[in-house]
Amino acid sequence: MPVMNIKKFSFTYPGVSDPSLKNITLPIKKNKITALIGPSGCGKSTLLRSMNRIHDLYPGNKYEGKIDLLDFESGKYKNILDIKKENEFIKLRQQVGMIFQKPTPFPMSIFDNVAYGLKIDGIKNKSELSDRVEAALKGSALWSEVSDRLGKSAMGLSGGQQQRLCIARAVAVKPEVLLFDEPTSALDPISTAAIEELIVELRNDISIAIVTHNMQQASRISDYTAFMYLGDLVEYDKTENIFLNPKEKRTEDYITGRFG
Amino acid sequence: MEKIFQKFAFSSATLVFIILLGIFITLFNAARPAINEFGLNFIVDPAWNKEVPITTPQAKTDKSVTQSAVSNTDDETVDVNDFGDDSDDMMMQDEDDTPTKTIYGGLVPLVGTIFSTLIALAFAMPIAMGIAIFLAEIAPKKIATFVGGAIELLAAIPSIIFGMWGLYYFAPIVAALFGGFQVSLLTAGLVLGVMILPFMAAITRDSMNTTPDILKESAYALGATKFEVIKDVIFPYSKVGIIGSIILSLGRALGETMAVAFLIGSIFELPHKITDPTISIPVALANNFGEASGLGMSSLFYLALILFVMSFAVISFAKFYFLRKAN
Ligand SMILES: Nc1ncnc2c1ncn2[C@@H]1O[C@H](COP(=O)(O)OP(=O)(O)O)[C@@H](O)[C@H]1O
Ligand SMILES: [Mg+2]
Repeated sequence: MPVMNIKKFSFTYPGVSDPSLKNITLPIKKNKITALIGPSGCGKSTLLRSMNRIHDLYPGNKYEGKIDLLDFESGKYKNILDIKKENEFIKLRQQVGMIFQKPTPFPMSIFDNVAYGLKIDGIKNKSELSDRVEAALKGSALWSEVSDRLGKSAMGLSGGQQQRLCIARAVAVKPEVLLFDEPTSALDPISTAAIEELIVELRNDISIAIVTHNMQQASRISDYTAFMYLGDLVEYDKTENIFLNPKEKRTEDYITGRFG
Repeated sequence: MEKIFQKFAFSSATLVFIILLGIFITLFNAARPAINEFGLNFIVDPAWNKEVPITTPQAKTDKSVTQSAVSNTDDETVDVNDFGDDSDDMMMQDEDDTPTKTIYGGLVPLVGTIFSTLIALAFAMPIAMGIAIFLAEIAPKKIATFVGGAIELLAAIPSIIFGMWGLYYFAPIVAALFGGFQVSLLTAGLVLGVMILPFMAAITRDSMNTTPDILKESAYALGATKFEVIKDVIFPYSKVGIIGSIILSLGRALGETMAVAFLIGSIFELPHKITDPTISIPVALANNFGEASGLGMSSLFYLALILFVMSFAVISFAKFYFLRKAN
């Protein structure tokens, strides 16, 4: 069952005549990892950033089509492109979290970083906060490394730890979907492996969409893969089919390294 | 080539240090007679250019003489240009036969400097922060560029123009709103605030703009509102730059001469209310330097030395603070 359903979706940046995404139809299945692959500039980030409407921090974008999000409370789908009010945006972003290309710890302590999303959601109870921070850090395989220095600045962590902290911070608010935009592109191989392992863990609770330029990464961790090219969705299938048995010539060329 | 460059860089750095030290020594030397005469008491003494009987041990208790001397000089200090002659004449003015000397104390200009600066900061800081937030985070790009450019232009206006504008347009308004004199500590402080405001706003905006988009997006992606992003991410991230802008503005306000000279009243009198006229250190220097001589001149140097040490202390404190915060 899809938690998100992207239907005939097109996206145009302000001041650009041609849409950067054209008529994309793609499901994000529940408790699965969906990888978005394709050459640089094909629109992977643009698509991902539409799914929590982070684009809307900058005015003038044009959306067409639908992006339906399953609301777990009501069990109904809701088109997130209809959202206009700030409180609806806040709710959307609590439901659909995001991890960026580089670690983005806030200039505050490790604890406060993880508690941030909870605090701005109005949770004040100290013990509830520390319970949920601990759970999120454990869930992000970071607890054993930071439990003795929760009050220290998050800036002192290594890059890989910072990225896991950002994941913990996103996980703490219990999102339905997590969007990862090349989350390991700034990390060394060991940290990358730790993050990949973590993402696979998270799948049990959260549905995941991940942009990656690393095809091995897509094939290692994802259940479904979407191949994009020049703003089009060329092919979407189970990951093994995309990598072993692609239907489209362009997919095959890309997978086998003939371009991109 | 590299060697030459290194040498050049090193000697430039040393030069700055030598100049600083040189200024300090010059000021100190010129101020020495006043320092020897008045010591640290200079800082707390409100009398400037006041005749007192040559100190016999009990002279201090002789209030009536000093009192009349005060009122005498007060009348004349209103016209500051008379200062020099006044001190030259002092020996002749001596009517009763007790021998007198002239004493100088720096409290009045010191108080004037500190309070006008504090008023300026208190006025400018919240407004500058508001402008910076508006420009960096709220205004659409076109408006931000336009208003930002206008504010940078404002920062380029020579201070004497602020002084004239302040005297003719601002001073009457201040007096109407708060009562008291048109030229006063308050008027000077407020116009000083207007002067440092664009500078402070521009630097604060620039440091807020250094917050990476991706960091702000991370906060929005957790469900933060614009206000929360500004408060929890942008401000902490650009804190060092913002405090830096405040301290640089403080330094500017401390040393500002022309605008304050127009507006503070330029009289050596302790203000009882902030709407009273008084004088600041740079204004005292500018107004009296030409005509001063002897101990009066030396006292002006003493004032200059105090201003120098104050500015230097502010900047050093800032540096120290930043270094500690950065680690
Ligand atoms: N803010 C923007 N304004 C205009 N065009 C943009 C903007 N961001 C990206 N684009 C364009 O949209 C296309 C897709 O970009 P992007 O989604 O970042 O690609 P990817 O993540 O797959 O590398 C590119 O052609 C890029 O130049
Ligand atoms: Mg991208």
